[in-house]
Amino acid sequence: MSATFLGTPAFPTAARAALADTQLRRNLAHATGTIRAKRAAVVGEVDEWERLRLAGAALKDRTLRHLDTYLVQLEESLTRAGATVHWARDAAEANRIVVDIARVHGTDEVVKVKSMATAEIGLNEALEAAGIHAWETDLAELIVQLGEDLPSHILVPAIHRNRSEVREIFLREMGRHGKAAPRDLTDTPAELAAAARAHLREKFLRAKVAVSGANFAVAETGTLAVVESEGNGRMCLTLPEVLVSVVGIEKLVPTWADLDVFLQLLPRSSTGERMNPYTSMWTGVTPGDGPQEVHVVLLDNGRTDVLADEVGRQALRCIRCSACLNVCPVYERTGGHSYGSVYPGPIGAILTPMLRGVGHDTQLDSLPYASSLCGACFEVCPVRIDIPEVLVHLRTKVVDAHRGEPKVQNLAMKAASWALSDARRTAAAEKVSGAVGRVLRGTKRRAPGGRGVLGALPGPAAAWSDARDVPVPAPESFRAWWARTDGGRRGNGGAK
Amino acid sequence: MSARDEILGRVRTALRDVPGTETPADVAVDRPEPRPTTHEDVELFAERVADYKATVVRCTPEDLPTHLAAALEGVPRLLAPADLPEDLRPADAILDEQLTTAELDTVDGVLTTAALGIAETGTIVLDHGPGQGRRAATLVPDRHVCVVRTDQVVADVAAAVARLEPTRPLTWISGPSATSDIELDRVEGVHGPRTLIVLLVG
Repeated sequence: MSATFLGTPAFPTAARAALADTQLRRNLAHATGTIRAKRAAVVGEVDEWERLRLAGAALKDRTLRHLDTYLVQLEESLTRAGATVHWARDAAEANRIVVDIARVHGTDEVVKVKSMATAEIGLNEALEAAGIHAWETDLAELIVQLGEDLPSHILVPAIHRNRSEVREIFLREMGRHGKAAPRDLTDTPAELAAAARAHLREKFLRAKVAVSGANFAVAETGTLAVVESEGNGRMCLTLPEVLVSVVGIEKLVPTWADLDVFLQLLPRSSTGERMNPYTSMWTGVTPGDGPQEVHVVLLDNGRTDVLADEVGRQALRCIRCSACLNVCPVYERTGGHSYGSVYPGPIGAILTPMLRGVGHDTQLDSLPYASSLCGACFEVCPVRIDIPEVLVHLRTKVVDAHRGEPKVQNLAMKAASWALSDARRTAAAEKVSGAVGRVLRGTKRRAPGGRGVLGALPGPAAAWSDARDVPVPAPESFRAWWARTDGGRRGNGGAK
Repeated sequence: MSARDEILGRVRTALRDVPGTETPADVAVDRPEPRPTTHEDVELFAERVADYKATVVRCTPEDLPTHLAAALEGVPRLLAPADLPEDLRPADAILDEQLTTAELDTVDGVLTTAALGIAETGTIVLDHGPGQGRRAATLVPDRHVCVVRTDQVVADVAAAVARLEPTRPLTWISGPSATSDIELDRVEGVHGPRTLIVLLVG
């Protein structure tokens, strides 16, 4: 189990298929456009937004630079509050812990609050393999689960589906897993939401065990927080007798007072609201109120590898708001599935390869290139993750990992290095290029500005020229021009 | 080695670049101060709660009973926390003495007080103390009527966090339950109460 969807091809191939899907592009353009406008409006209301961002980044840095101290403190606080703390090195260990807890309680089902960590470790599949149904209760997760589909956005996993597709999935699938959708269901979002309410209520009322993640875990007090909209989170966190929360070790904040900064940053960045409808906070077990058996699984699964990378470490500040997805010109056009991971978009392009390691998988190695480096993601990030910086850093790592391999690009670079390291060889190469330039100067294709460009190149160069304009070489090199005109002092100083 | 020790070991190895003498306080954090509460915040609170399509009713202690009766109209089975102040409690309310989840599902509405209100975000916070009921009580019924006193309104999130006790379970409520999961089109009313009525007294 991993953060990557099995069998997804490298980003350029997956993106090509997504780009051809006009329905998908329409759905995405509509959804990301809507959320961008909402975010901009509520962020604009906060005078000290930049100061808040800086505070959010600094608090996360403080936590990460002293993570061992805070993890031990969190464990003590949780234990004191009556929770049981488990540690999981990787996905398999975390899944085993949750399966074992469900088995001890003799249940064949759990209800789940939307959680990126449990999606990352493939918990639902592990539970199914153990004969335990995992019911996703977030509306978008329900759409993805019933449609046997993959999530494509951090906040709105079914963003690639429009209302009529959702209606079809509900009509076809709900009855197979519980209460069926009404037969006269229309595609208005209000009716679709009502169908989900009716379908899930029986599951909430009977479930014995719930599984959640956490948006924040306060080391000082042992308080966990889940931020949501629909009330499915409150149902899961309140009604079952047993609650298991899978929490990535980067979710910590040092003190209770620090939560204030994040509760301002997250909703405005995420759903574009001043505050999300519901936030639940709980500290271990409260007698007579909510689950009386509370487990917390602290998950590594590659996070310590990210922590060890001094440039990449900042990715662990991420609070999973998904603002970077919504502004990304690449995400908006290719959608989340192209990234082949539960973490799509700009943050996924850095987080996924770091969690899993670069240099051993073509798909993972393609992700740091899934960007134009325009920097919009950094601009909106509420915890100021410099995603372009990390993308470039990871590209270096990818190149270093493949140095010396007999690839066309490496051969071309070697040839260039040979030609350019000697004046005579450079001059000879310039002669050839000038001759080619003179032959092709009449080319009809023009780049903006008027320079002639070539279409697709033949042979192995086709992969490079596929998405780029190749300029027609200049008819005369700068060095040849200088020699002919003595630096412009002699004869016709103009270009040939 | 236990998973705990191994993970803590990996964390320490990963942080080799952090000087051993550095303390958490050495990582400077500059954050905005909480804004002092003014009486304009009561108005702001009312506006912002209403923005979420909740119903807000401003009233005085004297006319509260009238507004309360109106808010509870169409709620044949009303749930009230057993420790709800008697002057608020309608005579026919069902007291929540650890009803089962199935029983909770048969009531139509619930009446509670709150711990505080946040003006800037239009948020009501329950710390599930006296009069506020346990968490499930304000979740399963379809209508939540919440009485907030004007002196409970604070300016912003920072002020709220400073006042709250983290060891208590907390529920922050900003409007009725909602979703934007279909085409990011906001719809009020999913699993939590589909109607939220706030009676702002004072």
